[in-house]
Amino acid sequence: METLITILAGVLVTVATYLILSRSLIRVILGTAILSHAAHLLLMTMGGLKQGSVPLLGEDAGSYVDALPQALILTSIVISFAVTALFLVLAYRTYQETGTDNLDELRGFKDE
Amino acid sequence: MNNLLVLPMVLPVLAGIILIFLRPYVRLQRWISFSVMIVNAIIGIILLNQIQEQGPLRLDIGGWEPPFGIMFVADSFSVLLVLTTSIVASICLLYAFSSIGKSYENMFFYSFVNFLVAGVNGSFLTGDLFNLYVAFEVMLLASYVLITLGGREVQLRESIKYVAINVVSSWIFLISIAYLYGTMGTLNFAHLSSRIAESGQTPLLTVISIIFLTVFSLKAGLLLYYWLPGSYSAPPTAVAALFGALLTKVGIYAMFRMFTLIFYHEPSITHTIIGVLAGLTLIGGSIGAIAYKDVRQIVSYNVVIAVGFILVGLAVATPEAIEGSIYYLVHDMVVKALLFLLAGTMISLTGYIRIDYMSGLIKNYPMLGWMFFIAMLSLAGVPPLSGFIGKLLIGQGTVEVGSYILLALVFISSLFVLYSLLRVFLISFWGETIISEEDEEPLKKGWLIPCVLLTVATIGLGLGAETISVYVQDAANTLLNPDIYIDAVLND
Repeated sequence: METLITILAGVLVTVATYLILSRSLIRVILGTAILSHAAHLLLMTMGGLKQGSVPLLGEDAGSYVDALPQALILTSIVISFAVTALFLVLAYRTYQETGTDNLDELRGFKDE
Repeated sequence: MNNLLVLPMVLPVLAGIILIFLRPYVRLQRWISFSVMIVNAIIGIILLNQIQEQGPLRLDIGGWEPPFGIMFVADSFSVLLVLTTSIVASICLLYAFSSIGKSYENMFFYSFVNFLVAGVNGSFLTGDLFNLYVAFEVMLLASYVLITLGGREVQLRESIKYVAINVVSSWIFLISIAYLYGTMGTLNFAHLSSRIAESGQTPLLTVISIIFLTVFSLKAGLLLYYWLPGSYSAPPTAVAALFGALLTKVGIYAMFRMFTLIFYHEPSITHTIIGVLAGLTLIGGSIGAIAYKDVRQIVSYNVVIAVGFILVGLAVATPEAIEGSIYYLVHDMVVKALLFLLAGTMISLTGYIRIDYMSGLIKNYPMLGWMFFIAMLSLAGVPPLSGFIGKLLIGQGTVEVGSYILLALVFISSLFVLYSLLRVFLISFWGETIISEEDEEPLKKGWLIPCVLLTVATIGLGLGAETISVYVQDAANTLLNPDIYIDAVLND
């Protein structure tokens, strides 16, 4: 199971890298969103995909799953949603202001 | 257990939330955010003195004993930085009161400054790795907003790169946390440190430490600083000063924590890499600082040089060098804020960015000129001012371990700092004055007073080195003996 999920994370990273390297801003943003999902999968696998009860104290169960990776992923999903939302708004405003979403035309530091 | 510890993060967060509801009352917003920073500074002083008596303090949030719960730990190093952050932030706010403009103040400017400070203080005080990530993100999200606030074309263009680079580096951070959790099974700093000391730092762990090094290099601008000059010169002056003073310092702090507390067993690999990176940063920063004629670019490249400088101390890792780095870190936060404020004031007074177009400013604004001169001397490390002690101690450390290349780079780059700023001073402050008496814009008190305060602070840091040296020595001692930190957290 761990191997499968790791391969899936790898595929996601490949897709994300491809998207990030493109010139269109919107594709870059989608790439970063996919990239963060790959990281979440990796976090989950690194904690170990165990079988067990929900992580509650005081219940009778043979084994409990590790609660920490889930807590980490939950936090990190929230953060990645927030950043992606902000990034999309930023891209929209930049498009309004500069009239382009091509990163080649957005480069450089001109004296104003 | 000490509940004071959480206040430097909680107060700004609460203040930031309250200020959202006080949108129309600008004056009230100013007072609230300013007093929050002052209260934080007072808390910092109280905590520093408590740490002197009781050793590193900790707060187990929710009463969960380490290593299981989330916790805040304060040793002298982190509290010194919290204290400096509060002082610098309050002075930058003072500058913002009269410079930032109504459109910013109505668009939640003060809320986001509060969130930024909360993130910075949170990263200094947290005791586990994942909360470091979270506090980093809080700080970065606030900085994304502050850099774009105003919506000018340059700001948007530069912020896209800033956001993209930080999103990718945060991703690497997350990946490295995942790897470390997979190998060690814990994320608490002290617990990690004691477990790695037991098992030995295996090659796998060294590789993970280098991934961490990559992340923090990106955040601190160590070698990977290409994003820094563009994004630090886009926002308005008060924001740029906050960025220059605070943001890279958090990355440097994290690097010090990781490589003195957790991954300190293989200095021949990790610390050598840090040394090489620091040397290259010094070279690159020096070239950048003299290559441009844009004041903001020159000042931004000075930030890069300082980063290389402080990390030379970490690479050498003798007691003197670490002490010097801590001293220089505090000095740099104060003096970089001053430098950014002065450069911003010059731009808003003359209306030009390039130094060729300014001339003879000292005839119109003598105070501004002399403060720039003092800031320059302080950065170059002239004795009575605050830069001197840090430079001296770092120099001593490099001599002790015999890394003369780093020693040479450190002092040659100081000359470049001096040269780059002297050029600004000579071209724009001396010479024929272009501004006639009638066209002269009066220098507002609100612009002058923050600069004066920071100048006094940099002189005071130099002359009052003895008062602060107790805390700096304690901080260096805790960094070099991880057992003190581990004992304070795990065995109580």
